[in-house]
This record gives sequence, structure tokens and C-alpha cells, in this order.
Amino acid sequence: MSKIDKKGPSSKVALFVTCLVDLFRPTVGFASIKLLEDAGCQVHVPVRQTCCGQPAWNSGSRKDTRDIAKQVITIFEKYEYVVAPSGSCAGMLKVHYQELFRDIPEWDSRAERFASKVFELTSFLTEVLGVTNVKAKLNSRVTYHDSCAGLRELNISDQPRKLLKSVDGLSLHEMNDSEACCGFGGTFAVKYSEISNFIVTEKTENIERTEPDLLLAGDLGCLLNIAGKLKYQGSKIEVRHVAEVLANMCEGKPIAGRD
Amino acid sequence: MSSREQILKKIKGSLRKTQTVHTSDEQRNQAVLARINQHPRGIIPARTSLSRQDLLYHFCEKVKASEASCKIVESYEKAGIEIQKFLRQHNLPQLVRIGTDQRLNKLGWENEPPQLLIGPSDGQDLVCVSHAQYGVSETGTLVMTSGPENPTTLNFLPETHIILLNKKNLQESYEDSWAALRQRYGKEKLPRTVNMITGPSRSADIEQTLILGAHGPLRLHVIVIDGK
Amino acid sequence: MKVSSSNFKSNARQALDDKQLQSALNHVRNNFISKRSKARLDLPEFDALRDNARAIKDHTLEHLDFYLEHYERKVVESGGKVHWAADAVEARGIIMDICRKTNAKTVTKGKSMISEEISLNEFLAANSIIPVETDLGEYIIQLRGENPSHIIAPAVHLNIDQVRDEFRKAHTHLSPNRPMNEPETLLGEAREILRGKFLTAELGITGANFLVAETGSSLIVTNEGNGDLTQILPRVHVVLASIDKIVPTLEDLAQITRVLARSATGQEITVYSTLSTGPRRKEDEDGPEEYHVVLLDNGRSSMLGTEFSEMLRCIRCGACMNHCPVYQAVGGHAYGWVYPGPMGAVLTPSLIGVDKAGHLPNASTFCGRCEAVCPMRIPLPKMMRSWREREFEQHLVPPAHRKNLALWAWLAKHRRLYRLTTGLAARILAIRGGLSKRINKLPMAEGWTKHRILPAPEGATFMKLYRRRLRKGR
Repeated sequence: MSKIDKKGPSSKVALFVTCLVDLFRPTVGFASIKLLEDAGCQVHVPVRQTCCGQPAWNSGSRKDTRDIAKQVITIFEKYEYVVAPSGSCAGMLKVHYQELFRDIPEWDSRAERFASKVFELTSFLTEVLGVTNVKAKLNSRVTYHDSCAGLRELNISDQPRKLLKSVDGLSLHEMNDSEACCGFGGTFAVKYSEISNFIVTEKTENIERTEPDLLLAGDLGCLLNIAGKLKYQGSKIEVRHVAEVLANMCEGKPIAGRD
Repeated sequence: MSSREQILKKIKGSLRKTQTVHTSDEQRNQAVLARINQHPRGIIPARTSLSRQDLLYHFCEKVKASEASCKIVESYEKAGIEIQKFLRQHNLPQLVRIGTDQRLNKLGWENEPPQLLIGPSDGQDLVCVSHAQYGVSETGTLVMTSGPENPTTLNFLPETHIILLNKKNLQESYEDSWAALRQRYGKEKLPRTVNMITGPSRSADIEQTLILGAHGPLRLHVIVIDGK
Repeated sequence: MKVSSSNFKSNARQALDDKQLQSALNHVRNNFISKRSKARLDLPEFDALRDNARAIKDHTLEHLDFYLEHYERKVVESGGKVHWAADAVEARGIIMDICRKTNAKTVTKGKSMISEEISLNEFLAANSIIPVETDLGEYIIQLRGENPSHIIAPAVHLNIDQVRDEFRKAHTHLSPNRPMNEPETLLGEAREILRGKFLTAELGITGANFLVAETGSSLIVTNEGNGDLTQILPRVHVVLASIDKIVPTLEDLAQITRVLARSATGQEITVYSTLSTGPRRKEDEDGPEEYHVVLLDNGRSSMLGTEFSEMLRCIRCGACMNHCPVYQAVGGHAYGWVYPGPMGAVLTPSLIGVDKAGHLPNASTFCGRCEAVCPMRIPLPKMMRSWREREFEQHLVPPAHRKNLALWAWLAKHRRLYRLTTGLAARILAIRGGLSKRINKLPMAEGWTKHRILPAPEGATFMKLYRRRLRKGR
């Protein structure tokens, strides 16, 4: 019997791990697998995957982006669904790949078909699988940051909140301007570091004012940025990816450790 | 080649590059003439789908929301009395600049009528009264048209502006006003100036603090004549 | 106007250190966003109107040549004159010519970004004509010798103390000890002084928010009424507008104005929306005797048909900058030319060249809030990315960055080496992070670690752990 209330059929799902999860936070990958399996999915992790190509895309290198996109599509298109624990990477696969091949009809239609299979994790769980309830427990006062790409490219907003509300012991408290950018922006954080610092400081102020135990978000880029700033400021607030909480996998250390 | 020809040629050239379905210049020209001729309406907010009386109340509410004041009276006779009362309330002299709008002749005064100065304003007047062509209930907007009847300078120079509106001329939307203006001035024509006024003038340019009374009037009072 | 867009980084650093500026910018941060949001909620049809506004403008741009010709015909029929200007030099020449014929000494001006674009004030002053900005914000920054820092709130970078100081310096005919504590007092003082200018100017120049092809009218919206006094009191009214301001009909105008003020200041409609058609009529007793329109191209016709064409839908509401985290951080002057914020990041490279303005489309987190609030649904991030592509193609990207990117892209295409590299990086960084799980300093990422710590990886990569798990059969 499944540990999660769900309505959807058993589905064959490929996990797009994302390069940041691969490198920094494998727990998020395993949490994603657990959530999907608990909901009755058969989860595959294609071993040939690397990155979605966003760094090239945002740096203006269309050729590199196309090469990488072709690679991703070729590896993943045979699966029924492709799920990523990141609004930013899912948005790249689902929205931006379609902008890449307008002049190559074959790849344009492949990108379009591929797009229909791609989902961000919490949106897949709630909207495709119909999950309403996760069996997780965490006594914590939590606030949630809306990552920009997920929010504005994929409309991820209610989905994680709905699932979080089903976590036993967890209370969700909204921060002011949760939809404002955290200032990460990929290479922006390094290239325009002073501006990025200003923006993330506004974010951490809003977080601190909410007095949570734990900050959650659905994108590791934002989480590394916000956790990096919070800890730099000496904050006690812990930081995790939302999947870790939903999968009941909070036994390991939070992002940037614990004080 | 003149700049005019150059610019138009460049536009045509740029547009030709993009047209995926080929449209001839003649077809494009016809499309332009058709749109101007038909001037199709777009989306009209449902908020003013109201009965005549509610349309008036909605208008007054919107006028007040725009920081102006609004009063409904039964007749032009009573409108004059209301003007004098308003002047007294605000410690203003009974000295009023007006245009030659015939409708203003129907204003009734108290025993001692105010002194009326007729013609455009030269910037020395404290108070003026003008008659709106239309009112738009959607946003509490007054549509003023230029002409000797209601010179445009009256809308901006005096500190206190009193505008009369006949309820007959109250419209639901801006689009209704355009229809009425076309009836009055002819197709594809407008008077020199059409002022759409919503509240007294204001500025928020200093620290985003809203202050009333920038270059235009500081005070706007709207009197609607609701003849039964 | 001098271009300093290539100094964006140092401009931004200065802006971030400027306490006055940061305190002034708080007004943008707090005010505009909540007001727009409320205005949107108050009108259920708002988003549908945005779709319609977009469709109207797309249609207009596809037929721009014919709409311009129709517009011109109607202006002439109503007794006005249309002057076509291919670029800034020509536009200034035309205006100078009109000034000479009018024998103008003082010119009042309504707020116009096009006037900034062609540096009109400097030009007029150099030709012994006194330009007087009449919008309160514009008046303040003209006294300070500055340019607008926001397209609808030009003095938003200033605090009241700075305005007070400026007025004391400039208005020497008034008592130096006069009380000037309240913004009302300052506004009153400006009103008094500018009233005199309005009444004596021989010529008034306004911009236009829209030009209506159907009737040959120009529409300007102002809250202060300065745009109106600028055009009805002097003998000559000159409208300075770019060719993208055209809308077909009055009905189309109504659709777009419904989203304009709501997106800009959160008002349902601006206090004064004024349609001007030709000069005063025979029977009129006030209004200008001459009506001129200067239609400026200045590079816009070349944007049509390119990936930047949609930028020509812009109605200059300022919502994109009000919601932009980068604009909110550094204000408008850091952008280094006329148009700041996201719309500036797209428009500026089009108008002055991406070689001079390359920073602007790069200085974005791609958070997408600008596009989300744009009343005309302009895909601003997509166009900023298009600029980045052009820069990349033209080798304007710094060589070091290009090299790093090439290396990374090569790795991403070679899975085995990619695994090797990520595996190594994860291990090294995890060791560096130690027990605290934090890296306080990292060569090559000083930009990051100067302001934050870098959270250390957990240790092994996901892919490694996953393979291990598969081997163990779970």
C-alpha cells in the first residue's frame, strides 16, 4: 500500500536530477524518488544526464544550449513523464527548449512533445498524480520562498503549500513579498555580486521578520543563495528544499549546516 | 528622399521581412481604413451595467474617490444656490469665471447673485464654473470640450473648479462618450481640446507623498443636475 | 545626454553606497507595487484588457505605415502640421526652426522622455532659448542639472531635504528664512513660480502618450495639469512623439488607457487625459494658434521585424522598473542613459548600440516579474536574452567568461568527464566545508563569498550515491 493518498495511475517517471542537486544536495534527489515512488510511480534516473543548459542559454550561447537540449531530449523523451525538483530547470526543459528550435522543424516538434511530459516535482505530485496528503511529520514553524522561474514560468505557488499543510506538526507562515526574487539569477550572483547581495539581504530581512525555524523553497539555486546569506549573518534559521520535508527526510543536516 | 518617405519606406521594408503570410499593401491599407471606419469596441468593464439611478450613484462615488466632492441637485435653479453655498463654505468670494454656455443662464441664485466674469481665464480667477459635455460613470470622469461655451483655460487656471453635469449626459464608459462626440462633431473629428478630468490636480513627486493642487485646481466640486 | 551605461557596475556600486538614494528608493519599493496590485484586483477585466491592449498594438505595428499616413492626414485636416524626423539631429533642427519662427524665448515643457532621448533641453539652452520643465519632478531635477531616474517619477531618487536645498538655492527672490518643512509648501512654491512661466512662454512642448490615427489627435496624461497649461497658454504647441505612439481609434485608446494608469500609479485613470486636435478653432477664445507634431523615428523603424519589435508596444507606465529587484536596488541613474529598468535594458541597446549598453540586458536575474506585470505583455526577459545572444555572437562577452562557459558546455556534453569533475568538486568542497558545512572563502567565487558563505555539498554526488544504491539493490 502506498504511504501517500493519491488518485493517479502507476506512471513511468524519469527524474531530472539537476546539476545543483547532483553536486550539492543529493538528499533532494532521493527525497524526490521517495515521493514519486510513494505515489505509485516507477522512477528511473537516466545515467547519461548532466545539466539542462541554462548557463549557456542565459549567457547568449544558442549553439551550446541547442547541443545540450538535444542531448536532454534524446535521453528523456522515451519516458512518460520527466520530473525535476526545480522550477528553474523544469522551466528550461518545458518552456525554453521550445524557443530554441523554431528554425529546425524536426527538433521544434520534438521539443514541443517533450515539453508536455515535463513537470516540476510538487506540481507533478498534486496536479498529475492528485496527491493531496503526504505522510510526513515535522514540528516546525516554516516559511516558503517562491522561486521565480517556478512561480512565473510554471505557476508553482499553491502546489507546495498544499502539500506542506498536510505535514503533521508543521505550521506555514507567509513572509512579506515571498514572490520577490532572492537575487540569485545564476551567474548574476557572481557577476553583479553587490546588487545580488542587496536583493538577498531584503529577502533574508523578510524571512527573519517571520521568525521561522525553517525556510523552504523548491529550487536549490535560491536555497544556496539564501542559506549562504542567512548563515553569513549568523542566523539560526535552517534551510531545506521542500522535497526533503515532504519526503520526511530531514534527519540529515540542513543546507549550510546547523548552529 | 524626404525623411517622411524614408521612414515610411523603412517601415514597409521591416514589415515585409516578417510577414509570414503575404499581405499586400493594398490589403493592409484596407484593414486600416476598415478599423478606423468601424472603430470596434473592446472590453467594457461590467461595473457600470447599472440602472440609470445606480449609474449616477456609482458616478458620484467615483468622483469622491478621486478626491473631488459631488452633489446631486434637482434643477439648474438649485445648482446656482449650491454653487453659492459651496463658495461660502470654503470662504471664497462670490466672484465666478464662466464661459458662454447657454445652460448656465438657467442657474438660479440667492437674493444676491455672485458676480460673473465671462470668457477665458487669464490666471487671476479664484473660482470658475463650467459645464461638462459628458460624465463617465466608470471612473467618475468629466468630459469637457473646448469652445467659447466652456473655455479650456477654466479647467486649469482657477484654484477652485465647479463642474456642472446634466444627468442626461451621464455615460457608462469612455466608449459611450466617443459615440456621443462623433454624433456631435462628425466622424473622425474632435474639437480642439477634449479634457477628461478625474479629480483635482495633484503631485506625488516629492517622496511619493500625494498632495492635491499641483498646477491645476486644488479643489473640484461636481454638481449633477438630476431633473425629475 | 551623456551615456554612462558601460559604467553600470561602478554606477551601481555608488548607488548602493548612497544613503540618500537608498532612503529615497524605499518609496518605490513600498508604494508602487501595492498600488498596482490593488488596482488590478479592483477591475476583474484587467488581464483581459491587457490581452486586448497587446492585440491592438500588434495590429497597429503591422500596419504602422498606413496608420501614420492616416494620422498625418487628419492632423493636416484639423489645421496642424506634421514634421517627420529620422533622428535626434533632425528633430532638434525642426523644433529650433519652429522656435525661431515663433520668436520664442521661453519654452515650457510637459514631461517627455523623447525630449530626453534627443537631449532637447541642452540644445535649446545652447541656442539661447530657455526650456522650463513644468512637471514638479522634472522641474526639481532640471534645477539640479540631472536627468530623470524613473520614466514616470523623475525625481524618485531624491528626498525632501534635497528638494528644499535646491529651492532655497534657486528661488533667491524669496526670503531665505521662509518655512519649508512640508511638501505642500514646496509644491506651492513651484506652482507659483511655474505659473508665471506658463503665462509668459511663447511656445509649449509636450510629449504624447498616444497619437490617435482616427482623429489626428495627441493624448497626454498628467496628474498635475502641467501638460495642459503647457499646451493651451502659449501661442504655439509642439507635440514631440515617436512613431510607435500610434493607436488606431478612440476605442482602442480607451482600452489601453484602462491599463496604463493602473499599471503605473495604481490610479484607475490619470487626473487629466487630454486629447488635442489641431490648433484653436475660429470660434475658440483660448488654446494655441499653431499645432505642430514632430514624429521621431530614431531607430524604431529598424526594430520592427526583429526580435525586439514587441518592445514597440511599450506604453511607458514604469511597472517593469517598479517591480524590478535590480532597479529597486540601484535606481534609474545607474543605467546610464534615458530609459532605466527592464524596459531600458531592452530599449537602450536598440537605440544607442549594444556595444555601449551591453551591461543592461545582463544585469538581470531573469526573475520575470517585469513581464508578469507589463500591461502590454512584453516578453522583456526573452528580449534581454536576445541581446545577450547578439553580444555573444559579436564577441562582446569578456573572454574569461566565454572561456569558462565553453569549458562547462564541453563538460556538459561529455558525461564521463562531467561525472569525474562533479565528483571531485563535491568531495573537495565538502572537505573545505568541514563540520560546519560552510565555505567562507573560495577562489574564483569571491563575488559570492564576499557577501555570503557557500553552503558545502553533502559529500558525494547524487549520481555516485544512486549508482551505489542500485548496486546494493537498495
